[in-house]
Amino acid sequence: MRTSTERQSGTAEPRPGTSPPQSDTSAPRPRRRAGDLPVAMVFLLPAAVGFAVFYLWPALRTAYLSFTDYSLLAPPEWAGLDNYRRLLGDRLFWNALKVTVEYVVVNIGVQTIAALGLAVLMHRLTRSGLIRGVLLLPYLVANVVVALIWYTMLDAQLGIVNQALEWIGLDPVAFFGETSTAIPTIALVNVWRHVGYTALLIFAGLQAIPKTVYEAAATDGASEARMFWRITLPLLRPVLALVLVLTVIGSFQIFDTVAVTTKGGPINATRVIYYYIYEQAFQRFNFGYAAAVCVALFAILAGLALLQLKLLRAGDSDLD
Amino acid sequence: MRRITRLAAVATILPLALAGCGSGDDSGGGSGNAQAPEKTEISYWLWDSNQLPAYQACADAFHAANPEITVKISQFGWADYWTSLTTNLVSGNAPDVFTNHLNYYPEFAGKQQILPLDEFVAADGTKTDVYAPGLADLWVSADGKRYGLPKDFDTVAIFYNKKMLDDAGITEDQMKSLTWNPDDGGTYEKIIARLTVDKNGRRGDEPGFDKKNVKVYGLGLDENNGAGVGQQMWSMYALSTGWQFTDKNPWGTKFRYDDPRFQKTIAWWRGLIDKGYMPSLAIARSGTSVNDGFGAGKYALSTNGSWMINTYYGYDGVEVGTAPTPVGPSGKRATIYNGLADSIYAGTKHKDQAWRWVKYLASADCQKTVGDKAIVFPAIPEALTVAEEKFKAKGIDIGAFTVQIHENTTSLFPITDHASDIGAVMGPAIDAVLSFEAEPSSLTKANDEVNALFQ
Repeated sequence: MRTSTERQSGTAEPRPGTSPPQSDTSAPRPRRRAGDLPVAMVFLLPAAVGFAVFYLWPALRTAYLSFTDYSLLAPPEWAGLDNYRRLLGDRLFWNALKVTVEYVVVNIGVQTIAALGLAVLMHRLTRSGLIRGVLLLPYLVANVVVALIWYTMLDAQLGIVNQALEWIGLDPVAFFGETSTAIPTIALVNVWRHVGYTALLIFAGLQAIPKTVYEAAATDGASEARMFWRITLPLLRPVLALVLVLTVIGSFQIFDTVAVTTKGGPINATRVIYYYIYEQAFQRFNFGYAAAVCVALFAILAGLALLQLKLLRAGDSDLD
Repeated sequence: MRRITRLAAVATILPLALAGCGSGDDSGGGSGNAQAPEKTEISYWLWDSNQLPAYQACADAFHAANPEITVKISQFGWADYWTSLTTNLVSGNAPDVFTNHLNYYPEFAGKQQILPLDEFVAADGTKTDVYAPGLADLWVSADGKRYGLPKDFDTVAIFYNKKMLDDAGITEDQMKSLTWNPDDGGTYEKIIARLTVDKNGRRGDEPGFDKKNVKVYGLGLDENNGAGVGQQMWSMYALSTGWQFTDKNPWGTKFRYDDPRFQKTIAWWRGLIDKGYMPSLAIARSGTSVNDGFGAGKYALSTNGSWMINTYYGYDGVEVGTAPTPVGPSGKRATIYNGLADSIYAGTKHKDQAWRWVKYLASADCQKTVGDKAIVFPAIPEALTVAEEKFKAKGIDIGAFTVQIHENTTSLFPITDHASDIGAVMGPAIDAVLSFEAEPSSLTKANDEVNALFQ
């Protein structure tokens, strides 16, 4: 990772590629005493136990189960690579992947741009705590509640949104019911809920950019737009990268909105990967196969996160 | 330093506490039978919140008669119910007794999660022929073991909006003698057309009817995917052609979704969408339920099960009536006859107490208590009479639902293995046909997939 980072940034500006970001503190750090280790272990233990019990062990067990035929109510039987062979030929698995990617593209695309816009507006125009609070409001409502409220509001015949569309002379739209609009609708409902939260994360990143940079730019007569493209975006990159990695992984895990509204339909239009796993495991009792899909999803997400971090050089900042 | 030690203490206790949660329930059953009257609490689950008061009343009466046993009732919504039940079966914490469904019990029985009741029935000389005909047999598995005692049953009928019927000049007597066939839909389709009204006030059977701008659909379309059963969606039409789901029922192993009678029925049904008499699948799936659509005056007719009676009759300002499903090409009406029962969890520690509760639930005493609340149809005829009177007192005539039992035109709910896999194949397949993305003939391929499950 380091080497590629250096290669990418090497031509732009010379900077110490090997020193850690904190290296600008004046005094050299004292070396850690080995005597701190037991105390450090004690501090780490609670988190480590939580990690082992709630993440590591279930993950290992899932990996094991993915090689078994397990119907949940009978003990698992070793099945070798059967589940993975089946996975490759499963039309619905590939459909689930496709549908999920569609969701992520719409969800993350719209959400990131909208959140960035909101954050920059807040940063440049207002410091009002009230506005920040209002932005966060949708995020405070439970996901399932948000989904159900939108589901009712968007109904083709009785929904308030379609009533409004009719008043302005448009035809009603069956947002959740049409195969072509179901995924974008679910994606946008979740944008509505998460955009304020994402905007606040980005806003925090914006506050870390020194004001002096903007003052200097203003003195040089740079326009707001130019400042955004030349100062804000480049200096925000590490924060943006982190936000993207987190939101993309979260977005891939879309489940609740689908579970309370379309339940995978119409046909297979919203059978996203998590819903498919849930169906296989808890409705059809194919726990072994569901575990194999989980492992496949894990591999995809891990690869994606690595790729994003690498491409966006999240590890270092241009502020140094 | 003190803080650190305390932290460390918490950290070391945590895993122990977690481990403690998991174990404890694994030790075998049958501890409660040995000693004389020992206070026990048994858990009982059901999914219908409307029925909770009725069963609480049963539980109180049961406790009064058996002071040493307390019944703790928990209620979950339909979807949560099965998920919670499954996860609790897996973790060994399932309720001692629970309401069971024909779609699920073969799976539970096959995996030894529910207890065969034969020993208890034989020991107590419990009568299994006191129920409405056929209901008790539904709970006998392929290997001849009994897994539940009937509590109630349901059939399907047509709910109609009386005012809309009046406006269309259709009498309630006409509703009682409807005929249907998959070619032209019979008098049933005629009244559906008549009851459909477009934005300009033109009816579906009048020239110039605008099928693109419909204000009231003659027939509602269910928001749920009926999967491979279509209980309140299409089964009453298909079955009235003489078609049956499987080669034999219960415990069939060959499905017949490739039968032309079935496919023609589905073709006719989706034809209603094309004609503008029934909403598109997209509209039906876009947010509100078919019953709420009916309640809001968007549909004149709506086919649904008897368990929905109180919901349909509960809408403000809507005068509701019910009619039996139409007579089909076979010369008979048809409806699925579905029965619920109570089953005992195989891992229960209180087998005897659980059995006594199941026996009480299946008794005329408890079923009369349930019938008295007029929510569902009890399985014992004399309790059904109680329910019938109570429904009448509410102004509801349940004749449209029970006539098919008297005339012997009901068909059993298809009881087979692999029910959830079948649903996963047939649900999207029928969706695809209804949304005009596939032809009814595509169901032959789905049928092959379904039948492959049995090989």
